[in-house]
Amino acid sequence: MSHAQSGDAERARAEPGSARWEPTNEIAERTRKEGARGGTTGSPALVVYLVCEPETPDLAEAAVEGGADIVELGIPFSDPLAEGPTIRLASERALARGMRTARCLECIADVRGRVDVPLVPMTYAAILEAYGYERFVVDSRAAGATSAIVVDLPVEDHPEVPRIQLVAPTSTEERIAACAAATDGWLYLVSVTGTTGARETVSPALAGLVERTRALTDLPLYAGFGISTPEHAAAVAELADGVVVGSRAIQVAEDGPAALRDYVRGLREAIDRVAAPS
Amino acid sequence: MTHTFGAYGGRYVPETVIPALDELEAGWREAREDEGFRRDLHQLLTTYAGRPTPLTLAPRFAPEKRLYLKREDLLHTGAHKLNNALGQALLAERLGKRRIVAETGAGQHGVATATVCARFGLQCVVYMGAEDMRRQAPNVERMRLLGAEVRPVEFGTKTLKEATSEAIRDWITNVETTHYLIGSCVGPAPYPELVRELQRVIGDEAREQLLAVEGRLPEVVVACVGGGSNAIGTFTAFVDDADVRLVGVEAAGAASLGTGRAGVLHGARSSILADADGQIADAHSISAGLDYPGVGPEHAALRDSGRAEYLPCTDEEALAAFHRLAQTEGIIPALESSHALARALDLEEELVLVCLSGRGDKDLAEVLAR
Repeated sequence: MSHAQSGDAERARAEPGSARWEPTNEIAERTRKEGARGGTTGSPALVVYLVCEPETPDLAEAAVEGGADIVELGIPFSDPLAEGPTIRLASERALARGMRTARCLECIADVRGRVDVPLVPMTYAAILEAYGYERFVVDSRAAGATSAIVVDLPVEDHPEVPRIQLVAPTSTEERIAACAAATDGWLYLVSVTGTTGARETVSPALAGLVERTRALTDLPLYAGFGISTPEHAAAVAELADGVVVGSRAIQVAEDGPAALRDYVRGLREAIDRVAAPS
Repeated sequence: MTHTFGAYGGRYVPETVIPALDELEAGWREAREDEGFRRDLHQLLTTYAGRPTPLTLAPRFAPEKRLYLKREDLLHTGAHKLNNALGQALLAERLGKRRIVAETGAGQHGVATATVCARFGLQCVVYMGAEDMRRQAPNVERMRLLGAEVRPVEFGTKTLKEATSEAIRDWITNVETTHYLIGSCVGPAPYPELVRELQRVIGDEAREQLLAVEGRLPEVVVACVGGGSNAIGTFTAFVDDADVRLVGVEAAGAASLGTGRAGVLHGARSSILADADGQIADAHSISAGLDYPGVGPEHAALRDSGRAEYLPCTDEEALAAFHRLAQTEGIIPALESSHALARALDLEEELVLVCLSGRGDKDLAEVLAR
């Protein structure tokens, strides 16, 4: 299946209007080429998650100014099973403000006009089911998005949607291999057995998951769920090729773009210190 | 096992719990072939739960018909939910899971789950919407008396939909030690089939009992449908009898099959109440057990194939049937089952089987307040 090769840098550029798109995970490609495995030459990637809301273009710009390499843009769903209270409440608020799928795609296009890092839509199968899987691929790409993350769509389903696959501490070797074969650019390591949300410490399960996944693939591995402080980011950057921050970024964004920029910069500096040769 | 029913079903859940679903499916496949498991379950169903439940003719309720009630209201804990809870608790034991989470709407599944956890010595956490805790206060007390922890869910509609989401989130977090004891034929595969197989005892018994007293099959089988477990458990025995009409009755304000659209909720693709963007809509019913915007995927497939039909019933019609059964037969039905009773009266068929899925003691406060 051609989608399974989607992390391959040699993959052909798709025709306009085609449901397939080129491997636009530039950051992942760069991370891989530079061999930044917890970093000697390049620094691990920093991914910041925001829910699509009217303020999101300003916030995304601030996150990139602070040093985000990728911005995940959440398209809210009313019943998000993988989310802890912070993202669930942010999703409820966004929906109450009318952020339905079409408005979210406009939001992504607005962000695209402001920043030049990859923008990854993150959502649930219910949204794609209603919008149309192939139509979502075409329209989100037209809005300037790169790939997608669909939290509750198992790796076997809807291969026509190129997307970043998630693996968890509970994943078997067989499933990690299947996710690695199908993923688009990088693998998202769910660092905890649980839902999203800030936690006190980095999950002890992450090291084992990195080790098991490393044994099966050379793809860049970005870890998320429960990572919120510069100390966490540094600890994760020691293990993985990228760090994903969601719930705490949303909490900080409540205080506006400047606060978010400072917060992201703190994460960036912590990660870069890990990557810098001592 | 079947993961899909026509265009419906599947496993729309985060990767974290997929291995647990594989484990559950393998465990169930082994258990059902294991004579010891089948014997243990049969023993519990007969000596603990009170099976077989009787079949009762209701001549004063439906004088123009021969209308039989399958008396799941007489099962221990007062509803059909125990059939499923016993089977899944036995399965959880086999899988080495000593902690159980469940969701509950009317509280009947929560009580059944708390009951089996007490019987098996398992830790039990039940998620229940705050609005449902108000509507079904006696069941909250029962669950607590049985040793379960009842966790109120205070967001969204504060009913079964949110309780189910929270139970799934707990399961995602504690999946290594916890079995999710889902209460209806909904959720990701293998749950819809597992729950159907554990509930089919209702229809299997009723078919045999009706043949014994009437010498023929019913013309129509009627059951209420929220998630749809008592209905699927009743229908399954008759699905291959082409002459037997199958009628599911939904609450008019929660008619996932009658007015819904294809979509994804709680791990499965089914017919659900949602808007054009896939956002889940609110359901409304006087009956907490039917107040749910989704339905089991097999019902959606049965509707599409035309094998079963699904009719709506208003709160007022259900309340009228509730009073009528109490006053004509001396049986107080659950508000959920009252929906099936109301529609069964209008059908043109003469020989009718209705699944009386539960008893109505839990609903007295709600009914008397109207």
